Amino acid sequence: MSDNKLADAKAAVQGAVQGVMMKAIAVAPDSWIPGGVPDPLIVHQHGHVGRSLSRIDGPLKVRGAAPFAAEFPMDGMVYAAVLFSTIARGRIATIDAQAAEAAEGVALVMTYKNAPRMKPMPGFGSNAKAAGGASLPVMQDPEIHWNGQPIAVVLAETQEQADHATSLIDVTYEVAPSVTSFAEAKGVGVEPGLFMGSPLKIEIGDAEAALAAAPHRIDAVYETPYHTHNPIELHAATVAWQGDTLRIHDASQAVAHMAWSMGHMFGIGEDQVHVTSPFVGGGFGSKTLWQHQVLAAAAAKLVGRPVRIMLSREGVYRVVGGRSLTEQRVAIGAGADGVFAAIVHTGISATTRSNAFPEPFILPTMSVYGAGSFKLEVDIAYVDMLANTFMRAPGEAVGTFALECAIDELAHQIGMDPIEIRHRNEPDKDPVKGLPHSQLDIAKAYAQGAEAFGWNKRKAVPGSRREGEWLIGMGVATGTYPYHRMPGGAARMTLTRDGHATIEIAAHEMGMGTATAHTQVTADRLGLGLDQVTFRYGDSLMPGVVLAGGSQQTASIGASIIAAHALLVTELLQLAGNDSPLAGLKPDEVGGRDGGLCKLDEPERFESYASILSRAQRNEISVLGEAAKPLELQHWSMHSHGAMFCEVKVSTVTGETRVSRFLGSFDCGRILNPKTAMSQFRGGIIMGLGLALTEETLLDTRSGRIMNPSLSDYHVPVHMDVPEIDVIWTDIPDPHTPMGARGIGEIGITGVGAAVANAVFNATGKRIRSLPITLDKLL
Amino acid sequence: MTPFTFARAGDTAEALRQGERAGTKYLGGGTNLVDLMREQIEAPTALVDVTGLSSGIEETGGGGLLIGAATRNTAVAEHRLIRTRYPLLARAILAGASGQIRNMATVAGNMLQRTRCAYFYDEAARCNKRAPGVGCDAIDGFNRMHAILGASPACVATHPSDMCVALAAIGATVHLQGAGGARTLPFTDLHRLPEGRPDIETLLEPGELITGVELPALPFAVRSTYRKVRDRSSYAFALVSVAAAVDLAEDGTVREARLALGGVAHKPWRAFRAEAALIGAQPSENAFRAAAEAALEGAAPLADNAFKIELAKRTITAVLAELTGVSA
Repeated sequence: MSDNKLADAKAAVQGAVQGVMMKAIAVAPDSWIPGGVPDPLIVHQHGHVGRSLSRIDGPLKVRGAAPFAAEFPMDGMVYAAVLFSTIARGRIATIDAQAAEAAEGVALVMTYKNAPRMKPMPGFGSNAKAAGGASLPVMQDPEIHWNGQPIAVVLAETQEQADHATSLIDVTYEVAPSVTSFAEAKGVGVEPGLFMGSPLKIEIGDAEAALAAAPHRIDAVYETPYHTHNPIELHAATVAWQGDTLRIHDASQAVAHMAWSMGHMFGIGEDQVHVTSPFVGGGFGSKTLWQHQVLAAAAAKLVGRPVRIMLSREGVYRVVGGRSLTEQRVAIGAGADGVFAAIVHTGISATTRSNAFPEPFILPTMSVYGAGSFKLEVDIAYVDMLANTFMRAPGEAVGTFALECAIDELAHQIGMDPIEIRHRNEPDKDPVKGLPHSQLDIAKAYAQGAEAFGWNKRKAVPGSRREGEWLIGMGVATGTYPYHRMPGGAARMTLTRDGHATIEIAAHEMGMGTATAHTQVTADRLGLGLDQVTFRYGDSLMPGVVLAGGSQQTASIGASIIAAHALLVTELLQLAGNDSPLAGLKPDEVGGRDGGLCKLDEPERFESYASILSRAQRNEISVLGEAAKPLELQHWSMHSHGAMFCEVKVSTVTGETRVSRFLGSFDCGRILNPKTAMSQFRGGIIMGLGLALTEETLLDTRSGRIMNPSLSDYHVPVHMDVPEIDVIWTDIPDPHTPMGARGIGEIGITGVGAAVANAVFNATGKRIRSLPITLDKLL
Repeated sequence: MTPFTFARAGDTAEALRQGERAGTKYLGGGTNLVDLMREQIEAPTALVDVTGLSSGIEETGGGGLLIGAATRNTAVAEHRLIRTRYPLLARAILAGASGQIRNMATVAGNMLQRTRCAYFYDEAARCNKRAPGVGCDAIDGFNRMHAILGASPACVATHPSDMCVALAAIGATVHLQGAGGARTLPFTDLHRLPEGRPDIETLLEPGELITGVELPALPFAVRSTYRKVRDRSSYAFALVSVAAAVDLAEDGTVREARLALGGVAHKPWRAFRAEAALIGAQPSENAFRAAAEAALEGAAPLADNAFKIELAKRTITAVLAELTGVSA
């Protein structure tokens, strides 16, 4: 099947899935699904949820005792090193590995000539459990698809021996024509982009005409560059074949997807692949399936020994995709009252034929503002490069840069406060879907943020505040990220006679505090102490298909636990029988308290779990709950928002920008654990500062090669670039989500680029529409 | 990394004996050489650790200092006499790297560190510094970080050191020891411009060892500083840096000035013309701007780095204004 046909087929499958979901709307109740009422935990205000609990894995981590993927020893293990192609397109003409094979300590050199036969990587969307960043074959033929593609793997007794031996491999290529510049790719032609199977194209009314007729207009092009993932933990796996079972210690944000995908490639069942990932040192969308895990498993099979692969930092840049570049036109037409008559947000993003993943930058524009008309579209241009992928808030991170800068430009033109113009365009329902909002209090977030930040001290005239050589300015922007909940959530809940509950779910801890927050949630649901709950996760043998992505893991786990809890309570009531104070009660009439069940409105009707289980002569009960279908998304427009406030100083001598203050005021539903949430928000904002000021992957347009594959040359913010960051939130629960919460992993990065750029404009009067805002643009 | 032998030299004579063998490199803190070995850019067959040699800081007669070649960068930056007599040097070193790297890096190693040009670091690219004669992919590639002064068609790389910019301004002298005996070189002559052979970066003879660097007495350097302009607040090489010292006469005019630039050339760039232009000038923004114009005379930008010319001029002007109390 050609790549285009594959994409078409993918779209068709996803379209069908969505069709089924749409039909289900009619029969679903108008609220959070099981029970048809809001999650009772929302009104439960005096438990563990909402308290700042330090992460339960903290002591392990500070002692260095939390094992990461490259830290699992295995008997007889060899170390892998990868050799990367140096051309973008063509084929390997000759590859001579004799010297490498003869080098000290080398156990095996694998190339396309001797690699075991495998199916191509199943790219995201090709199956519900596909986890691949691209849909290419892995080391199966001499074809080269991008500059940096793995072309050989060396296994040796030590990492140093393996690294050295890769330098002894001689490769020659037959070079084929390639398209490695975005400009050239656009010239070849663009196509409409698809995201999750749906076209990224929306037209409501005649936006161009409304724009042309509007008294106030902004029409500008904004650019964002390629970005590379830089989690502190390098992508790694320790892999062994144990009989017919493939054992993988992975760094993963998708263990169930990973097991299925690896099984698919190697022609074995997903139950023959055991993937665990107890700790992940940052994911951000990158800790999925890339070639390194496949190469390690293939090489392990050939050599008959366990293999550890840990990509070098350069290796991550060559093998693991990042965020693609965008070129976005935003045009807004408005009246003197600031009300939007038209929003045009169109543009082009680069992608490859093996993944066809456009950076969906119009996503924020589809929900944040009302307008008389819309024209939104993302087109794609094909570049011969490493497949791009999800990177923290794909779409929103860079889409809000363009949209929120344009709104700032418009506010300036009209002479209106940038917060006021946003208020005036707050939609009363979802502007595209027409659905009511599940919960929307962005106005409150703005009011609280403006007060805390001292927004009233901002001078409306750019360039009017100066201290020494530094011009000072303030900017604001709206951040937004949707609530997602993907199908497939499931959890096992086991309650023992001593009143201890264990949750098992194939979910992930990438540093966010997953285990901590869900220990709190489970303790509250069951009426247990924190030490009476064990949250187990990160194992593909556990229930659930839970992607730690799309900021949906909290909702997915929450819904799974709700389902399991409902089953558990039902079973407990049955076991309690007629001799219990709980006799005759229905599951939705009872809740957990003090290590047992009670009638919700009559808490003295109570029996402890220990008592129920003892009387029933049971040591434990165990249930497997499957999360309800995510129908809430069909009923409501569900989005989190942030009011992002930034103050910058810009040197009149050098053009250097220093962010002096930042405040994020969030409206994200209920916050489960303020301490871990604070870290999530701050981390997102810091990543946003990198997006605004420093980060850019340099893809040489002649060779298609990434030229800054290191933390030295790819500039993420250093400590000195990051000021004190204040974070506040409305803490208003969303009545239509589990726990009243919406995921917060991604929203922190959204709006930051624009808040910084708008502050730079306020400081200097210079409007920078191309990220990153490096000093040369301000000289 | 290619396998290599390792030996620790007990004294200079032993180091020189070992250094004579082909394929041998002297090893200081290893903060650059080891990186280059990991990247297969350098592949010595033998390393001679010279960190056990000459690491003291001694006063010379007349107010100067002699710094042993193996002195750690941290020790130099923290030294009381460096901080009081040569603040530009202390500041340059502190701007140069993280504490961990400064703790390891030696003075001579810092001098001999190699360019961070991305094309030099990538074996897939053409680089005349790595393989003389093959061509340069930086000239038409990403060259935002590259040279605007003294470059050649063969090479547009810059010298990455901050410390060396201060040493150039101070007018230090390098002490060398080789098979033919000891000699000295003005620091500003140690590094070459690329011309046709960018692979030859210094005037060191094969096997020759830097044993120390001597700072001359420079009383007016008490009024000196170093300003580094870069893409983030730390852990980035200079786009432009300026080391400067100004001596004002009683009448307020400039008696003497020292000015050197980093991030602009294949070597630490002493701006002799600008220094000459400053002598006798009444401190003013105009006078400093004129000196800056002189410093950048002949600057030739590449596609991505034209901004460095104006950036350097502004930074020079601001640094001189700061040193002389002229308000910008």
